[in-house]
Amino acid sequence: MENRKLRDLIGTKLMLVITIFIAFLFFLILFTLLTGSLYIIQDQSITELLFSSTWKPRSGEFGLLGVIIGTIIVTSIAMIIAVPISLLTAVYIVEYAPKKVRQIIRPFIDVLAGVPSVVYGLCAFIVFVPLVRDVIAPFFGELNSSGFSIFTASLILSIMVFPIIISLCVESFNAIPIELKEASLSVGATKWETVKKVIFRASGPGVISAILLGFGRAFGETIAVSMVIGNQEKIPSSLFSQGQTLASIIAQNYIDVMSLPRLESALIFVGLILFIVVLIFNILGFLVLKRARSRWN
Amino acid sequence: MKNLSNIQIETIDLNVTYHNNHVLKNVNIKIPSKQLTAIIGPSGCGKTTLLKSFNRLLEIRDDVSISGKIIVDNENILDHKAGDVPDIRKKMGLLSQKPSPLPMSIYDNVAYGQRIHNKKSKEDLDKIVEDCLKEAGLWQEVKDRLHDPASRLSAGQQQRLCLARAIAVNPEVLLCDEPTSALDPISAQQIEKLLLKLKKDYTVVLVTHTLRQAKRVADYLIFLYFGEVVEEGTSDEFFNNPKDPKTKAYLEGEIS
Amino acid sequence: MNRRFLEEKIFKILMIFSIFIVVGSLILIFSVIVFNGASSISLDMLTQTSSPRFYLGKGGGGMLNAIVGSLLLALPATAMAFLIGICIALFLQRDFIHPTISNFIRLCLDILWGVPSIIYGIFCMTIMIAFGMSTSLLFGIIALTLLEIPIITRSIDESIKMVPLGLKESAYSLGSTKFETAIKVVRRQALPGIVAGILLGLGRGIGDAASILLTVGDSNFIPDSLYDSTAALPTMILNLLSMPDPNVQSKAYVVAFVLLIIVLAISIISRSLSKKSTKYVIK
Repeated sequence: MENRKLRDLIGTKLMLVITIFIAFLFFLILFTLLTGSLYIIQDQSITELLFSSTWKPRSGEFGLLGVIIGTIIVTSIAMIIAVPISLLTAVYIVEYAPKKVRQIIRPFIDVLAGVPSVVYGLCAFIVFVPLVRDVIAPFFGELNSSGFSIFTASLILSIMVFPIIISLCVESFNAIPIELKEASLSVGATKWETVKKVIFRASGPGVISAILLGFGRAFGETIAVSMVIGNQEKIPSSLFSQGQTLASIIAQNYIDVMSLPRLESALIFVGLILFIVVLIFNILGFLVLKRARSRWN
Repeated sequence: MKNLSNIQIETIDLNVTYHNNHVLKNVNIKIPSKQLTAIIGPSGCGKTTLLKSFNRLLEIRDDVSISGKIIVDNENILDHKAGDVPDIRKKMGLLSQKPSPLPMSIYDNVAYGQRIHNKKSKEDLDKIVEDCLKEAGLWQEVKDRLHDPASRLSAGQQQRLCLARAIAVNPEVLLCDEPTSALDPISAQQIEKLLLKLKKDYTVVLVTHTLRQAKRVADYLIFLYFGEVVEEGTSDEFFNNPKDPKTKAYLEGEIS
Repeated sequence: MNRRFLEEKIFKILMIFSIFIVVGSLILIFSVIVFNGASSISLDMLTQTSSPRFYLGKGGGGMLNAIVGSLLLALPATAMAFLIGICIALFLQRDFIHPTISNFIRLCLDILWGVPSIIYGIFCMTIMIAFGMSTSLLFGIIALTLLEIPIITRSIDESIKMVPLGLKESAYSLGSTKFETAIKVVRRQALPGIVAGILLGLGRGIGDAASILLTVGDSNFIPDSLYDSTAALPTMILNLLSMPDPNVQSKAYVVAFVLLIIVLAISIISRSLSKKSTKYVIK
């Protein structure tokens, strides 16, 4: 009897320690990123880092303006493409799809979520780069695009973001009590009117959190973007010119970290920005989601 | 047979299968118009299914198959294609067991149906909202806060709001699915009084699992037992002279 | 009246269009990789390690070092993430602690789940450089473990949360201690979800590039020790693609094909396993 109680105690204490460690892991990560960035921040001021657009590590210049702008554009366009498509897909799955269709689509989306980002990037490399270079860019008047561009990155990013937005929206829509839908339908509303006026309203927080979390995902995606964005740290002149994002600049430059001084600190600083932005979006997203989930229960 | 002089809804050989369970078996009934018909029977016997088949609300669920005929206004509503269903539904208001105000203000709840179907001016809408809330006995309590969210009302008030919302589109029939079972006794009583008043102008079909409630408000009764109609008749006939032994057993509380 | 139905029709068409885009994207990805990769695959590529020539022109060996490297990285990482994850998940059960604390921890886990994997890479790289060490299996495993912990923990937590309270109460009333109940009763019921979570983490560990990019380096050999650099499937794809020779680039497709097959297989096994282990589960 004593033995079991002792084991119980040790087990509990051990779990406690591990849990506390993990809970504060992100503080640990934040701390590491902060201390690692100190060097470059002291060396060049933050204004110089954030507002200069010259990125020449070999000459000691680490201006990130072009990269920041590139990140914002890539992420925004990806979301502009992904959100309507994902919302419509989610509505279809919950409200319009016959049971059999639903049973096929759900695994599709799960598989889409599990595809490694390097595979997405490769696919974009094979299909989207020539597509942008030969079809899309000329269509918009740009004849000199290499195909490696901001728009190409947005295209593949939007596909990567589909699963997260769709599955969160489906969860929110499913949580709406059927009585609410029945109430709307029984006064003679069509299914679509019910969706517009009741479902979207009732699941507002869920949809918002889906978008926030999707944004966070898009913002932080590294590999697929770095494979097709062209890696130019200047301020991009058009959608079809080459660009750079905060996440992919790390992937592109880490090789030189040992040979170029200050580059390590600069990249850690980029990581810090990335971490904080994604953190804010994710905290907001999860808090909204928690509030929504507790409301449903 | 004065109770059958005007028939609002008639079902012919109605069979409903839900998730591979044969829930309604060869249901043949006639619902008299402008009276309160109560559908009674033990839980899980298909009463709600029967009710929701009248306005074709069953179809929104998976794995439902319906056969037979449901005649309303000389038409078989099961014949119509999906596009006509919203108009069929407009003829029948629904009051659910769980008070379900839409996620909007009190005013918008009542005006919801009208806004969808018609382009009415603000004055017209105001009048309709006021009339319906008055008819539902809610006007005095909410007239000063019409634009508050409906979720702030108590359960009893919400249920009356749902009633006002249903009436607002001028239905012919009111389908009520155990509307008082989630309410406190006082609110329940209010709803019952309202139904008694409303049955003069609307055909009311009430699903209830309390015999006493049926006794209080019903003109006509249908006894459903495991998906089959055991007996139907006027309140008088039913309670004083039940024909089927199962009905007698149910009335005496031997089966529930 | 017509306007309402017209609006619905238009949006229905848009919905179908959206479904086709989503489903079509997946089909596109699969067909591109399979089409380009399956055609050039050979037994050699699977069974030989790469030589320096691998990156310079035709031939030059295969991807065995990457396959083994990925497994040597992902399997230990998944195992450790599972051990840590199960401790945390069991700890989070209501019986142990106050709900506000457990909610905070769950929020932390959710946030860690959302952290881009490159951050875990930077984190480990910083530690690696600080200790004066070089790219190795060790830091790759650490990075992947950190990456997988939130994924696996969340899955296990969700599965255990779904165990009906009645079951746990029955176990208590039979006299087991909290810890014992947690382990025995809950484990069986939550097993499908736990298995699915582990496999989800494993799939992520094999496929993720950003976290190991900065920490494992590259190698033409199968690593002998924890301190060796190693090749891995995702990093090999990146390296091959960065070469100018199209013959070399096309090898990337083959590696991607192998990677995709592995990840898909894990996903399928996960689904069928969770169906099988519902033998003991009470619904």
